[in-house]
Amino acid sequence: MTFHQRIFALSIGIGIFVMILEMVRRKRLEEEYSFLWLIIGIGIVVLVLWQGLLEWLTHLIGAVAQTTTIFIFGFVILVLINLHFTVKLTEFSRQVKELTQQIALLRINKKEKNVD
Amino acid sequence: MNNLAVIIPAYNEAGRIASTIAGIRKFTDADIIVVSDGSTDDTIVEARQAGASVIELPFNLGYGAALQTGFKYALKKGYRFAVQMDADGQHDPSAIQSLIEPVLNDEVDIALGSRFLGRGDYKATFIRRAGMFFFAVIASVVTGRKVTDPTSGFQALNRKGMEFYASDAYPVDYPDADVIIMLYRRGINFKEVPVTMKKVVGKVSMHSGLKPFYYMFKMLLSIFVTLLRGRGEGKV
Repeated sequence: MTFHQRIFALSIGIGIFVMILEMVRRKRLEEEYSFLWLIIGIGIVVLVLWQGLLEWLTHLIGAVAQTTTIFIFGFVILVLINLHFTVKLTEFSRQVKELTQQIALLRINKKEKNVD
Repeated sequence: MNNLAVIIPAYNEAGRIASTIAGIRKFTDADIIVVSDGSTDDTIVEARQAGASVIELPFNLGYGAALQTGFKYALKKGYRFAVQMDADGQHDPSAIQSLIEPVLNDEVDIALGSRFLGRGDYKATFIRRAGMFFFAVIASVVTGRKVTDPTSGFQALNRKGMEFYASDAYPVDYPDADVIIMLYRRGINFKEVPVTMKKVVGKVSMHSGLKPFYYMFKMLLSIFVTLLRGRGEGKV
């Protein structure tokens, strides 16, 4: 990678990392959800600074340019983050269903008690 | 209080629900429980006037989830048996007696009303028939029992059946062949009983537009993972 590319990638990595940390600090983002995002930031920084690892990885996945490796790495983590969201969404849907049912049951229970 | 509850999930069935309830009343004095699935019309008022207990879901959860709410209620109230029926009047209440008989006799835990066993004037579109037939065959092969109408919403259950339907395994949308396979895998006894169904006019079928494709995909996936799960796994 050229010096230019490295500076660019490094700033993005650090930028993401700092932004996520700040959001967690302000409670805008749960620790649980920040994990994968932080890995993106850290991962980019590590790959840029540790030239040997980047070369080895690039060779391993058969990419031509080292920038591709960084992109693929970011892309895979994004897919994982999305998957994590869908898993959470499924969990939330189930909880919302359960809560909604419980509310409806409590309501009719209360109504019946008032009648008696 | 009765031993038997008739559970009717209803989403915007004003204009139909009262006559459905009146029809049921002619054949049984069971308690009638309507689960309004976030209805925005007069379903709740009409059902209440017709003498049903009404459970009100604050918004639409889907057919399966509404029905399940009814089962949770019936279990909590201690009903020993339940019959589930559709609100639109497509299920003939004169069949309740023959449907519930095998459950009362302890022959099965769940009796599934089938519109294809024997008599009936039910006419469905070709696509719908083809889809139902396909999954009915799969369910029959897997369970080794005759399954002709896996989408039937006309069923009679004892508490064991209700407990399964109240569990997390029960789908929120439309229960189908996948649920029948789950029953079999959990050792819940069931059989089909012939019932008559009428085609309801003026209702949009759940199998229209692109939905058949999603339906095929969902059912195949659901049956596949049910089989992968192994017997009794994920039990409540």
